[in-house]
Amino acid sequence: MSELKYIGKTIPRPDSGDKAAGKALYIHDLSRPGMLYGKIKFSEHAHAKILNIDISQAQKLPGVMAVVTAYNTPEMRIGFLRDNFILKKDKVRQFRDEVAAVAAISEEIAEEAINLIKVEYEPLPGIFTPEEACKENAILIHENDPQGKPLKSNKVPVLFQHSSGDIEAGKKAAKHIVSGEFSTQWIQQSCMGTAGAIAEFDMNNNLTIWTKTQVPFLAQRDFLGFLPVLGLKEKNVRVIVPTLGGAFGTGLDTHAYEYICILLAYKTGKPVKIVYDRNEEFACLSPRQSSQTKITQGCDENGKLTFREIEVTQDNGAYTSWGATFPSVMLLPATSLYRVPNIKFHANIYYTNNTYCQAMRGYGNPEVNWALETNMDELAELVGMDPYDFRMINCNKSNETTPMGLKVTTCALDKCMESVANKLDWKHSRKQQSKFRGVGMASLFHVGGGGRIYKSDGTGMFLKLDDFGNVYVSHGGVEMGQGLHSVLKLGVAEALGVKPEKVFINQVDTNTCPWDVGTHASRGSFMAGNVTIRTANELRSKIFEHAKTLFPSLAEKNLKSFCKKNPSYEAPKFDIKEASQKGNFDLIDGYLFIKDAPKEPWLQVELGTLLRAIHFREQGTMLSAQAFYDPPNELPDWDKGYGNMSAAYAVGAQGAEVEVDIETGEIKILRMVAVHDVGKVLNPQTLKGQMYGALAQGLGYTLYEQILTKNGKILNPDFRDYKIPTFKEMDFPIDLEFVETNDVAGPWGAKGVGESGLCPTAPAIANAIYNAVGIRVRDLPITPDKVLAALEEKRKQNKK
Amino acid sequence: MEGDMKREISFIVNSQQMKLEVEGHLRLIDLIRDQLGLTGTKEGCGEGECGACTVIVDGKSVNACLYPALEIEGKTLITIEGLLEEDNKPSFIQKAFIDNGAVQCGFCSPGMIMSTKALLDKNNDPSDEDIRTALLGNLCRCTGYVQIVDSVKAAAKEVRRKS
Repeated sequence: MSELKYIGKTIPRPDSGDKAAGKALYIHDLSRPGMLYGKIKFSEHAHAKILNIDISQAQKLPGVMAVVTAYNTPEMRIGFLRDNFILKKDKVRQFRDEVAAVAAISEEIAEEAINLIKVEYEPLPGIFTPEEACKENAILIHENDPQGKPLKSNKVPVLFQHSSGDIEAGKKAAKHIVSGEFSTQWIQQSCMGTAGAIAEFDMNNNLTIWTKTQVPFLAQRDFLGFLPVLGLKEKNVRVIVPTLGGAFGTGLDTHAYEYICILLAYKTGKPVKIVYDRNEEFACLSPRQSSQTKITQGCDENGKLTFREIEVTQDNGAYTSWGATFPSVMLLPATSLYRVPNIKFHANIYYTNNTYCQAMRGYGNPEVNWALETNMDELAELVGMDPYDFRMINCNKSNETTPMGLKVTTCALDKCMESVANKLDWKHSRKQQSKFRGVGMASLFHVGGGGRIYKSDGTGMFLKLDDFGNVYVSHGGVEMGQGLHSVLKLGVAEALGVKPEKVFINQVDTNTCPWDVGTHASRGSFMAGNVTIRTANELRSKIFEHAKTLFPSLAEKNLKSFCKKNPSYEAPKFDIKEASQKGNFDLIDGYLFIKDAPKEPWLQVELGTLLRAIHFREQGTMLSAQAFYDPPNELPDWDKGYGNMSAAYAVGAQGAEVEVDIETGEIKILRMVAVHDVGKVLNPQTLKGQMYGALAQGLGYTLYEQILTKNGKILNPDFRDYKIPTFKEMDFPIDLEFVETNDVAGPWGAKGVGESGLCPTAPAIANAIYNAVGIRVRDLPITPDKVLAALEEKRKQNKK
Repeated sequence: MEGDMKREISFIVNSQQMKLEVEGHLRLIDLIRDQLGLTGTKEGCGEGECGACTVIVDGKSVNACLYPALEIEGKTLITIEGLLEEDNKPSFIQKAFIDNGAVQCGFCSPGMIMSTKALLDKNNDPSDEDIRTALLGNLCRCTGYVQIVDSVKAAAKEVRRKS
């Protein structure tokens, strides 16, 4: 490979200028002529029969253009299992259920109208934990499945399991066995820009919707399914994605508010905007799935793992989103982090009357890794080994196939752990150089080459050249803050051979961009890079084909003007025509030249000049190219939990040094180190940004973030009572290092790493806390009161 | 709201003298975004908890979502749009944020940058601790703040270089 000009260099991202200047347009900033404002009336009960909805007063309010309920609109089912309705009839199953909505000429009037809607309920007993939900004779949250078949239990009908090797033999071979139960809480993705959409119909009844989504093409499909319900046949949906104020998984599903927005726009014939305020974002947008994990692992006398058993229980809430498929990703660490010959994994998910949950960064991986990497430390202690040595003994290597059938092409986990240990001065630090201080580490194993959880894991790209050598990129991947546009801009410049400033990225628009499954599973850069290389190569071939005939005359024209300026110049003898015919061209930074030609300035033709020559002639043409990339991975068989779901795997390790205040129970992070196998660094600055940011989210998850509920009602729906990390908490040094393994499937060798940074953070910190004061808190977050209780428990046990 | 009296107020926004009618209950952020059309100022929470709407009034950073619009009477307001230099050039603070990777989703960036300006106007050599304290009210979910701190330091260095 020739030397890379842009990939791997620190170059500021292309969207940062507009964002820093306040010029970037988020959904909040968009408006359409004649636009109305939509507002939703949410349920006031976790579980209740709807007896009556009185909308008469709201309808009479001047400025109100439409009031919709399930009783005056057609039924529309949505969600991963089609178990949700855009507006609720007969009963509500969670506090945030949508019971009515209005469109009005101002936000104030819409709000006033919502308050005028009176709903009569008959409260029903609710179910608020999976334990209650799975009891025999538990009341049913859903009486029927989407096909109308009566349901017998609250178990959500999705199956994720895995069994490999011989678990009983693994137990027999084990000399040491440790079990544990761990849990993780609901957390809010906390995008700084809240959710919202604007829907508008043209006079042909085709819909345009600007919406905050990570899956524009699956959203198009979902909304297309809604139009016939409105009586609209053979109509189209155009999804346009504005600048996103973060997403973190909130955009993987289409949401009731989007359909309500569409419904109101259709009813009124006017554009309608619905944007959640912060309170609604907290209380009415699905948080991250919570989880309970039971784990048992055993190893032989040498510390080699002999078996692993994991059982996960999830609280689905009232409806099912893609988040119910968290176990598809839990399978990765469960089956493939460290070498384990005998494995059993099973996940159960239950309906409750809690808020229904959805995806968030890491998608099940941190949940299981929390249990797994803590259990690893406990097992190491039982064996009497240093947890670092214990991990090293069981470490994954390159070119191995894991029990799940994951083909690990490149894996520098050993290097990552070694570097973490070195940075922490491990052996020395473990001996508690001072009181109440300790170090801990944890690793991760995640998808890094797409993640096939849908029938296609593909992405398309369309590159268009104009007459001036500018390139326009149409790609369906969504920039939500992670830096995708940086990869697109630098990637196209690199792969095509133009300057980055000549590359223009089109807004994601289903009318103009080719299909993409969605921006999730750390796949953005991996997919965009791969499809960029393919599309650019296609375009280069076209350019070079035309250059065979057009290059000689253009070069000769160059030579003439060059000689005019340099009268004494003598051109070297070179048969341009013959050399051009061979088509051995290269294009770098927008200049076309013959590879083995003398390096004369006139023998370089500016791309725009060539493009104009191709265009402006008889039977001329313009150049563009397209490609579609679907990575070499497999849709796993979920009954077996087997299949190579990603084309590459990301691994890494994090370490923490903490100090525990035994008076207050507070955990002070003294420093963190993170070493990740990223395949290849595409842009050091944006990559660091991803890692720092993910680690901060992991820190909040570990120590304080938690949605608090009482009987299904969210008690802390604002930033006052729901704390995300601030400047104050992020006051410790983070030592980041990237290991490059140049993965064969990766673009320029890169793996996807958007989620890696938060997968091992919680167990790394928890293991450090144990090293410091000898306590284990097994339910996240590790709050001061839990720390104090655990310290008290330890004191009692020591007395005994 | 009914019975909400309109009042005429005059103030300076981004070096321009402005005179307009506002309703009594209006928040400064609504005046800025809806009446002045300056959408660079973001509303992240509406409760003064996130700092996305930070603007500068008479040299002090304030949350525009908590500030009554009427109180801007006779005062000088600077929004993110007011930071751009001539010929569409980013200010040195914006440039520092761009160059040091402080911007991801960008929703918090205008507020962060305004808080940075308020800090650097008073202190051109802030310590890490000064930066964390001055920007404590600005939340960011993307960056973990590391590259924001780097950017503020780089901007401070630029202030010192110029002075």
